[in-house]
Amino acid sequence: MPQPLANLTETASQTGGPYVHIGCIPSFAGINGVYPQDLGLSPIQPGALGPQITITGQVIDGTGWALRDALIESWQPDSAGRFAGQPGADPAVSGFCRFAADKDSGEFSLTTIKPGPVPARSGQMQAPHISLWIAARGINVGLHTRIYFEDEDNSADPLLARIEQRNRVSTLIARKTGEGSYRFDIRLQGEGETVFLDI
Amino acid sequence: MTDLGPLVPRQRDMHPVPYDPEYKTSVPRSPKWPLLSMESTPSEETGPRFGHGVIGPLDNNLVLNFATDGSPAIGERILVHGQVLDEFARPVPHTLVEIWQANAGGRYRHIKDTYLAPLDPNFGGCGRTLTDDQGRYQFLTIRPGAYPWPNRGNEWRPMHIHFSVFGHSFGQRLITQMYFEGDPLIDRCPIAATIKNRSQLDRLVAPLDMPMARPLDFLAYKFDIVLRGRRQTMFENRLEGL
Ligand SMILES: [Fe+3]
Repeated sequence: MPQPLANLTETASQTGGPYVHIGCIPSFAGINGVYPQDLGLSPIQPGALGPQITITGQVIDGTGWALRDALIESWQPDSAGRFAGQPGADPAVSGFCRFAADKDSGEFSLTTIKPGPVPARSGQMQAPHISLWIAARGINVGLHTRIYFEDEDNSADPLLARIEQRNRVSTLIARKTGEGSYRFDIRLQGEGETVFLDI
Repeated sequence: MTDLGPLVPRQRDMHPVPYDPEYKTSVPRSPKWPLLSMESTPSEETGPRFGHGVIGPLDNNLVLNFATDGSPAIGERILVHGQVLDEFARPVPHTLVEIWQANAGGRYRHIKDTYLAPLDPNFGGCGRTLTDDQGRYQFLTIRPGAYPWPNRGNEWRPMHIHFSVFGHSFGQRLITQMYFEGDPLIDRCPIAATIKNRSQLDRLVAPLDMPMARPLDFLAYKFDIVLRGRRQTMFENRLEGL
C-alpha cells in the first residue's frame, strides 16, 4: 500500500431548489426586515470608471421555456481589468452582482461597466468578459459560463479558442442591441446550447 | 504577491449527475454537451469578499431574526455549526455562509409555497454569517419539517437546510443541502439520490453533536463543508519558451 493521501474531497453540490431567493436575495422573495438589503444589488457604485452597459436576457430550458426561478451571480473586474481588492482597483466597482429572472417574463437584466481585459495564467490576454454562475431548481451543480462582447476583439481569447465547434462560440458573445445595451440568452440544453465551463 | 496557484479541477463524479429522470425538473435543465474544461484564470481564482460590516448581530440567529411580534420561532431549537475547509484541509476563514430553510411545519415563506402547513409569523427562514479565522460558523435555528413536493406520485423532501458558500474564489462557489442524521426520508429522496457516490451523500448528513448541545436550550448538529482547493507548487510559472 502506498502512503495514503490526506486530501479531502469537495462537498457535493445540491440544487438550490425553488426557493433559492429566500437565502440569497430575501427581499426579492418578499422577506424584508432580516437584512437591511440584499447582497450584490449592483456591481458598481456611482462614479465607477468606464462605459456603463446593460445586459438583458433569459435562461431558457431544453423545451424553449424561459426559467422564472433562475438566480444568477456575476463577477468581473473594473474597466482596467483589476478585481476588487487588487492594488489600484476602482473602489466604485465591487464586481459582484446577484440578479434573478423576472417571475412573470423570465427576463433578467444586469447593469454594470464594461470590464477590462485580464490575463490568463499563461500571460496571454483574455478578451473582456463577465463570469456568470447560474443556480435554479433542477440544476444539480451550479453552472459557470462567461459573457463576452460582440464589439470587442475576441479573436485571441484563449478560452474561446478552446471551443472546437466554432459554431458554439457565439453562445458566449453578447449581441449589441443599442448604445450600451446587449442581449445575452443562456440556453441550458438543446438547440444553441450555451457553452458551460469546468474551470 | 504570492500566487496561490490554480484551482484544483472539480471531480465531477463526486457531484450529482446533472441529468436524472427521477428528479424530473433536471431533465430539461441539464446541459447535454460536455463542459469546456480549462485551467482556472484570475476570473475564477478571485471572488467577492464580504466584510463584517454587512453582517448584523442576529443574522445567524433564525430563531430571532424575523421575530415580528418579539417571540421566538416555533419548533425544535437547534445549533448548526461546522467548519469550512478546502481540499487540502486548510480552513477557509472570513467567508460568507448563507442558509435558508422551511419552518418547523415544512413551509417556506415564499409566494410559490402553498403547502397546507401554516406559516410561523416569527420565522423568516434565512440566515448568514462569516466564518471565523479557523473557518468555523454557527447558526441557531429550528429544525425544518419534511415537506411534500410535486415530482413522482408521493414525494417528500427529508428535513434539510440549504447552504450557499462562497470561499475566496468565484470558482469555489457552492450550493448544497444539509440533511439530519437518522431521517428515513433521505434514502427515498430523488434529489439526494442525484449524488451517485454514497459516501459523498453521507457527508451531507449532519450527525447529532451532543457535546455542543446546550442543556435545557438546544440540540446541536455538525456540518463541515469542503470547498475546492488551490494547488501551490514552485512550478506554476513557466519559463520563457517552455
Ligand atoms: Fe428545500
